[in-house]
Amino acid sequence: MKKRIVGYADQISVAPGETIEFKVTADGIDLYRADIARLISCDHHPGGSGTREEVIENPVSGAYDGRWQDTYAGSYAVIDDAAPFDALESFTLQAMIWPTMPDRGRQVILGKWSEADETGYALVIDNGGALALMIGDGPGSARVVSTGLALSERIWCFAGASFDAASGMVQVYQKAMIEYALSEGTAEVEEVVAPDPPGKTAAPLMIAASCGGQARGGVIGARHYDGKIDSPRVANRALGLDEMSGLMRRPIPDELQPAIVAAWDLARGVRSTRIEDASVNNLHGRLVNLPARAMKGYNWTGAEMNWRHAPEQYGAIHFHHDDLYDAGWETDFSFTVPDGLASGVYCARLEASGEVDRIPFVVRPPRDKATNDVACLVPTASYMAYANEHVGVDSEMSEVLMGHLSGLKPEDLMLNEHREWGYSLYEVHADGSGVCYSSRLRPVLNWRPGYTIPWVGAAGTAAWQWPADIHIVAWLDAMGHGCDFITDEDLHAEGLGLLERYRCVLTGSHPEYYSTRMWDALDGYLGQGGRLMYLGGNGFYWRIAYHDTLPGVLELRRAEDGIRDWVAEPGEYYHSFSGEYGGLWRRLGRPPQGLVGVGMATQGFDISGYFRRTPGSNDPRAAFVFEGVTDEIIGDFGTVGGGAAGLELDRCDHSLGSPPHTLVLATSENLTHLYFLCPEEVNSVGPIDSARETNLARGDITFVETADGGAVFSASSISWAGSLSWNGFDNNVSKITDNVLRRFLDPAPF
Amino acid sequence: MYAIDPSRTDLVEEFRKTPVGHHSPELQKVMNLLRAERFPGKHVLICTKPFKEWRLARLSGVRGEAPEVVEGAVYTTVEEAEWAVFKIRWKAHTGEDLD
Repeated sequence: MKKRIVGYADQISVAPGETIEFKVTADGIDLYRADIARLISCDHHPGGSGTREEVIENPVSGAYDGRWQDTYAGSYAVIDDAAPFDALESFTLQAMIWPTMPDRGRQVILGKWSEADETGYALVIDNGGALALMIGDGPGSARVVSTGLALSERIWCFAGASFDAASGMVQVYQKAMIEYALSEGTAEVEEVVAPDPPGKTAAPLMIAASCGGQARGGVIGARHYDGKIDSPRVANRALGLDEMSGLMRRPIPDELQPAIVAAWDLARGVRSTRIEDASVNNLHGRLVNLPARAMKGYNWTGAEMNWRHAPEQYGAIHFHHDDLYDAGWETDFSFTVPDGLASGVYCARLEASGEVDRIPFVVRPPRDKATNDVACLVPTASYMAYANEHVGVDSEMSEVLMGHLSGLKPEDLMLNEHREWGYSLYEVHADGSGVCYSSRLRPVLNWRPGYTIPWVGAAGTAAWQWPADIHIVAWLDAMGHGCDFITDEDLHAEGLGLLERYRCVLTGSHPEYYSTRMWDALDGYLGQGGRLMYLGGNGFYWRIAYHDTLPGVLELRRAEDGIRDWVAEPGEYYHSFSGEYGGLWRRLGRPPQGLVGVGMATQGFDISGYFRRTPGSNDPRAAFVFEGVTDEIIGDFGTVGGGAAGLELDRCDHSLGSPPHTLVLATSENLTHLYFLCPEEVNSVGPIDSARETNLARGDITFVETADGGAVFSASSISWAGSLSWNGFDNNVSKITDNVLRRFLDPAPF
Repeated sequence: MYAIDPSRTDLVEEFRKTPVGHHSPELQKVMNLLRAERFPGKHVLICTKPFKEWRLARLSGVRGEAPEVVEGAVYTTVEEAEWAVFKIRWKAHTGEDLD
């Protein structure tokens, strides 16, 4: 029942002349066929538009050997210069730690330890959850000297251990920063382990993991640590307890300077993957798999919330054994986009034993020009936010909100068994902390045309995000509209200059995540006569940050308010990638109502409602919208919940910035009791919280003119796109969308 | 804390007619309990043919563990699947079998 072949690409948007590489893994499949295909439609709904794809003749087409490619999840730091650590006879290892899963078994905090050879030395949490020093010189030789006192979860603790080569003495010391009346927080142990000093190993010094071997030219982590580490240090002799404390001071006292091998200041280089040794030895390191940075440290006072203002209080990195940035798979085949290939949504189509996997990508127009008057801005940031979300399997309570049984697909079953492929921004790590980074450099199984998500629509039969946006692609094709396709990543990188080539821009069905540069570009476009068709709901909701240099990854801090599947820790609301304050755009002083006339009001995932026209629809300004449409009820049909008003809906609200002249053309009806007002609409508790009790839980279709003859049409509903194809694209949702697009392409100013 | 009144067969019939969608306030209270079924053993559907066939399975709640398929429980409509699970959960809460 589960899927057996998947892959991912190194890029998300490629122009003619550029090359995209595909990486494939196959479980028990010896041979598969690959083609490059243009996607026109992919909808299995009985009332939908079916599957249409056109294979592009090119050298990729052919048979390939299937193979399994491992993925190594778990974040850690590596210090590549091993020599200073090899040279140590006696030593001290120490750090401040905030363990989040101390009872998960042996975890390496800091050390130089080879799992294969059982050789080296490391400060660890032992199998009993206590701090320990591990020393070994070959298989079966490992000695673990433990305090025997289990560490408390999420309490900062000093962790230190030393080894004196002359005496063979090991000393291990842990001291919790919070002393509770009835629980012990301090432990110290001394033990002579001579004559077995640590052996020499080629493993590098690592933080938050041991060396599990080599793969694809690099080190693999093992025995990953979950939790925060602050101020890790290595000294070249066995320090006493007072000296260990001294090493935590800033600056480190002069008398201890000769003892320092490395003293990493993890508050430096927060926006990078580099960790800096603040000592004169410059033993800098690099981070693998993006542990969380800009994390408050053991010395955070609460007086400052911004890591840039008090970096000395943000010297912690939060490591997780299930972090993943780049799966690092080898390339199986690549595709060079031929000149003249039409912009569109494409896939690498993999087929084996009757199973098909489609790895999506966008072919954008040539980088210096547009090839159509209209562009579809594919909301790839939002796809990444949802990437590999496991709610259908992992959530115990979501069924109450969804109002139907969760319905799992082959993609969900495969993803469930491969937790090493990482999580979405809607989930917590195994240790309960929020997933704040999401990358596309890994197989993303819910980013597949034709996939329906477990928790949307009865039995999980509704398309969501990319699969739902294919409805718009199919509609454009059916209606004969040529369209360029560009992505959020393109917009973030190129800004307004990319948009201003187009007379009209279409969004996807749920463009929820926006970086500041994306927002500014769209705002600028609308300020100079651009036309925007916002064909979705709950758009422009969260601020995200892309990384300055790492491709394909974004960050989200779920701060303050909004629908939050996890909540950022106090003091950790600022993005590490950008330094910007995170959260809802509404909370940042930019409600989406000010951009597109509407903003998020309500969500529900059982069935969809429909829209009823309002008096505003008869305003002459909106006559073009309803040309040929006499119905009062709009969209009481569709493939997503059975209606065009559904899942997440936006409301016109002048108090939040909807322009005074915003025309409300239609408003939602027939939403169920499971459509709840979003939390930022509710300032206190009370029983009036769903569409059954309050008209605030609704969606409004709006039209509003913008500066210099521009305009915005907002469908204000995620399920709008799912109604376009109904009855062979002959329906009032399709007609209205077509009317708006035709008028928006007319250069005559509004 | 709300408890289901086993004599409310009217609510059972209401659910059977419309398992997903508009529910009366009283049925909503019932569903808030039944759909809050806990791990391990929470019921879930596995789609084996898109829009045509589903199998019943149960979740452990442990990340990475495969859902345990309930042998012989195969449905061709969403309504049929919802009703089957409703009956199981109703029995768990009230001790009463439903036809």
